Amino acid sequence: MSNIQSQSAEKPQFYLEEDHHPEGSTNLGFWLYLMSDCLIFATLFATYAVLGRNYAAGPSPADLFDLKLVAINTAMLLFSSITYGFAMLQMERGAKQETLFWLGITGLFGLAFLGIELYEFHHMILEGATPQRSAFLSAFFTLVGTHGLHVTFGLIWLVTLMVQVSKHGLIAENRRRLMCLSMFWHFLDVVWIGVFSVVYLMGVVG
Amino acid sequence: MFSDPDLLKFIFGRLTLESIPYHEPILVATFCGVALGGIALMCLLTYMKWWGPLWHDWITSIDHKKIGIMYIILAIVMLLRGFSDAIMMRIQQAIAFNGSEGYLPPHHYDQVFTAHGVIMIFFVAMPFVTGFMNFVVPLQIGARDVSFPFLNNFSFWMTTAGAIIVMISLFVGEFARTGWLAYPPLSGADYSPGVGVDYYIWGLQVAGVGTTLSGINLIATIVKMRAPGMSFMKMPVFTWTSLCTNILIVATFPILTATLVLLSLDRYVGTNFFTNDLGGNPMMYINLIWIWGHPEVYILVLPAFGIFSEVVATFSGKRLFGYASMVYATCAIMILSYLVWLHHFFTMGSGASVNAFFGITTMIISIPTGAKIFNWLFTIYRGRVRYEVPMLWTIGFMITFVIGGMTGVMLAVPPADFVLHNSLFLVAHFHNVIIGGVLFGLMAGVTYWFPKAFGYKLDPFWGKMSFWFWFIGFYFAFMPLYVLGLMGVTRRMSQFEDPSLQIWFIIAAVGAGMIAIGILSFIIQLVVSYIKREELKDETGDPWHGRTLEWSTSSPPPDYNFAFTPVVHDHDSWYDMKNRGYARPLQGFKPIHMPKNTGTGAILAALNVVLAFGLIWYIWWLVAVSFIAIIAVAIGHTFNYKRDFYIPVETVSAEEAKRTELLAKQV
Repeated sequence: MSNIQSQSAEKPQFYLEEDHHPEGSTNLGFWLYLMSDCLIFATLFATYAVLGRNYAAGPSPADLFDLKLVAINTAMLLFSSITYGFAMLQMERGAKQETLFWLGITGLFGLAFLGIELYEFHHMILEGATPQRSAFLSAFFTLVGTHGLHVTFGLIWLVTLMVQVSKHGLIAENRRRLMCLSMFWHFLDVVWIGVFSVVYLMGVVG
Repeated sequence: MFSDPDLLKFIFGRLTLESIPYHEPILVATFCGVALGGIALMCLLTYMKWWGPLWHDWITSIDHKKIGIMYIILAIVMLLRGFSDAIMMRIQQAIAFNGSEGYLPPHHYDQVFTAHGVIMIFFVAMPFVTGFMNFVVPLQIGARDVSFPFLNNFSFWMTTAGAIIVMISLFVGEFARTGWLAYPPLSGADYSPGVGVDYYIWGLQVAGVGTTLSGINLIATIVKMRAPGMSFMKMPVFTWTSLCTNILIVATFPILTATLVLLSLDRYVGTNFFTNDLGGNPMMYINLIWIWGHPEVYILVLPAFGIFSEVVATFSGKRLFGYASMVYATCAIMILSYLVWLHHFFTMGSGASVNAFFGITTMIISIPTGAKIFNWLFTIYRGRVRYEVPMLWTIGFMITFVIGGMTGVMLAVPPADFVLHNSLFLVAHFHNVIIGGVLFGLMAGVTYWFPKAFGYKLDPFWGKMSFWFWFIGFYFAFMPLYVLGLMGVTRRMSQFEDPSLQIWFIIAAVGAGMIAIGILSFIIQLVVSYIKREELKDETGDPWHGRTLEWSTSSPPPDYNFAFTPVVHDHDSWYDMKNRGYARPLQGFKPIHMPKNTGTGAILAALNVVLAFGLIWYIWWLVAVSFIAIIAVAIGHTFNYKRDFYIPVETVSAEEAKRTELLAKQV
């Protein structure tokens, strides 16, 4: 930038003779998408904060939440983030098979997380703690369920990418896509830490 | 087989023959009109063999200029629908006196005012503004396209899909009867069991996806794709206001999406977010929707401010006065717009201190806005002003918008708001700022950039007709509403008891009639200009002696916008180039890397219309099928890795040679 300006004092240059290659926008664009998604979660958290104590004479968090189960669930998601990190390290090395291996492990952890979450939901609904029972439960199922839906979409995306990597290898496009999914996956982890603290821990303690 | 009610219910959900409003003469006539027009259009397309070009050059196009033009066409078509609703309301209110119920029964009237608001904001103002940002921003920053061209095409078609969903409600079923923001509990399952609110929800959700993605796209474009030398403080003001608008879009539309999801869960699943029982809280909805809704009005008006800034500088032949203060004012408005939402419901009873806080923040917004008005005035001062049509709209804006701003400050005073809340005074106020601010700006923009988009200017006579009818018609239509509001008349009434009010409603109806002539003049202007296009031709690419980069290329610009990427030294970069002896390069062209067209965006959007229709009518098999189809098409699209191509150097040379020839003729 500065050399352009110093030139302009004498003989202004008004166009580039070379090709202009603006730097890629994908990273910024994906960050912006993540932040917009973050706002959806922010809205759901705010809703939970306002409605989370409106039990309508129904069950409260202390009656419903099994912290041990949630701890296992949290571990599954955190492990999946670590294994995704391993996949990215292998991608940097250019090792296709190892990348696919760690992506596969990540997917299994993700599936385990979803399985436990569905088991928890199923259990709560059997006890009569349905989303319709009280505003607290509406907000709970919506916040946690939206996170679960995101993980589900992440899994579909993960499988798609695994197919694409095995088909085309670790080409630039695929590396970019793996990078985006990586950010998405870690983002879901961060959101889950919020869910775990605000919904489960504070619910049982408070 | 079709006598089996369970099977019928499975196939059609809650859609029955009675859902088709064939017993409403107004709707039947409208349907016949629309159907005949549609058939005529299809015959024309077939006869002229335009289906192929329509698909290859427009529907699948990822060219930001064409997408921008399509957005604006969508906005103009929807303007006609939204305005029909407006004039129906004006006529109803002018005649429903002295025991007469008028010609619109209340359940129809309620749909009309809801549809009017929804359509005017979401499907007129939004696509209009987005269309301008799409068309102008890449040209102003010296880029060849936006950051994500496919996403851009997809965003456009999602917006259109939302508009189609809302339009279907006219002929199949009904629209919401809740007002444009669908407050619960009225919009909940108990009080609105029909499909109206569901049409509202899914129309907005589908369009909202498009809006959010287009916001992300344009921010990335402005931040990453600027020509070398264009630092943030050298960006044209329209690009600045676009940047702030898109930040607002990305930071607010997700809230709308989440809020409408909660409302749909209440309606579809039976949750208790906004119900009156089991712990629900309807005021949550009203807070959340206005946390989106207030920034939304700045989303609309900031680009209009940008247009006025470009127009004022160009037609005064001067640099914009106070460029830096304009940028700071825009950013200040962007931030403050988040801190005022509660002024939409002072009467909710938040208490004196909360109301005082939001009243004061609201009044503070008038400071940066006032600074802008002074900047425009000082730009005109001692300028060589040319009163072309865009300048007329700008002057009209400055007068009208200031009045609207002042009534806004009145409404910002909580005790005054307790009297004026939900009255026609409020209706007059927001039409005053939206018509006087946004719409006048968009009309100025249409006149200003039309030659850039199509290569010929708009006919000035019909432009002036349109302006004067809009301008005077506005005052006739809305000043009486201020008076009525001060007399305590509330909004959304379909009949009146007190005959002394009637005269004001008649004056307002006359005003609406004048605006109708203004719109008609605009359409005549488009036709007349097309007929006289040889006479109005712009061969220079710079018909107004412009100051920013879009005027440095030909009108209409080539697919690749700029054969060579410009280097920028000043915020009025094209003026700077003209001043300091820029010589257009005549050789050394290179092949240009461009993205390929794709039909995926249009197909995904069409599937979304089907999905929404299934959701609205509870046709669950259709929901499942279209949802799976959407996922499949989206995944299929990611398997296409060959998305770009090079424009060969011969094409570039030929294109540029044509321009050289045209420019040589000018001397």
